[in-house]
Amino acid sequence: MPESAVRDVPELPSAAWLGPLPPATRLAFQGGSAARAAAARIFPLPDAQDVCRARRDGDRAGLWLGPDECLLIAPATTGAASLLGELRAAIGTNAHSLVDVSHRQVGLEVRGPLAERILNGACALDLSLDRFPVGMCTRTAFAKAEIVLWRTEAQHFQVEVWRSFAPYVAALLQEIARDYVG
Amino acid sequence: MLLIPCPHCGERPEIEFTYGGEAHLVRPADPSTLDDAAWADYLYMRTNTKGVHAERWRHARGCGRFFNALRDTTTDQFLGSYRIGEPKPALSMGEPR
Ligand SMILES: [Zn+2]
Repeated sequence: MPESAVRDVPELPSAAWLGPLPPATRLAFQGGSAARAAAARIFPLPDAQDVCRARRDGDRAGLWLGPDECLLIAPATTGAASLLGELRAAIGTNAHSLVDVSHRQVGLEVRGPLAERILNGACALDLSLDRFPVGMCTRTAFAKAEIVLWRTEAQHFQVEVWRSFAPYVAALLQEIARDYVG
Repeated sequence: MLLIPCPHCGERPEIEFTYGGEAHLVRPADPSTLDDAAWADYLYMRTNTKGVHAERWRHARGCGRFFNALRDTTTDQFLGSYRIGEPKPALSMGEPR
């Protein structure tokens, strides 16, 4: 991982319902069905038709962001350079783009019985379990910030946000939560 | 909040979208052969429809894709949307989705 991926991560608050996630290796993948199928042989990736769904295998996950776009997340112990190498070897000459964005964003976890309501304070999606089930993920807006929202468990959401927006998102989450948790 | 049907993601809140103007405008293959009036017509003149309007949208804070939609400009009701490259649906097929 480049040194910049662990340096200057903003100090983020934590609470029983909110916590920053540890640094991770993140890759932005774009490619058609051939490249996607080739990459999926070594990394969990949702099919193009699995709209707004994440595929998970252990501590690795591929999140559907668009018909030809995925966000790949792996633990920081899996270096971006080695993961890039593995994926490029698997994808071969199929047209694709694979970019290390590990340092670009940070992960926040919003959890607990109030998670839906707190997120809905600034996110306009219907987050009820039947409309936004476990395993669903999407790029969306949280107030003024663009985020990727992923429901990892019924009461666990992972929020991926660009690092410079992270203090704003965390502070706004806390502000909203004051209505519910004092 | 207005819900806009993305042909990839389904109905989503309007704040996730950006507007792209009238759909199905075809750029002249060789602009240098056009006179100024014809070029200006392509660049600036729009139908300014009152009623059902075919227009481009981009699901910018979502799947990122451009698509086309049919919207009634008098009511803001979306009659449907379709992917780039697909033909404009006949109005009788314009069921809300
Ligand atoms: Zn979409």
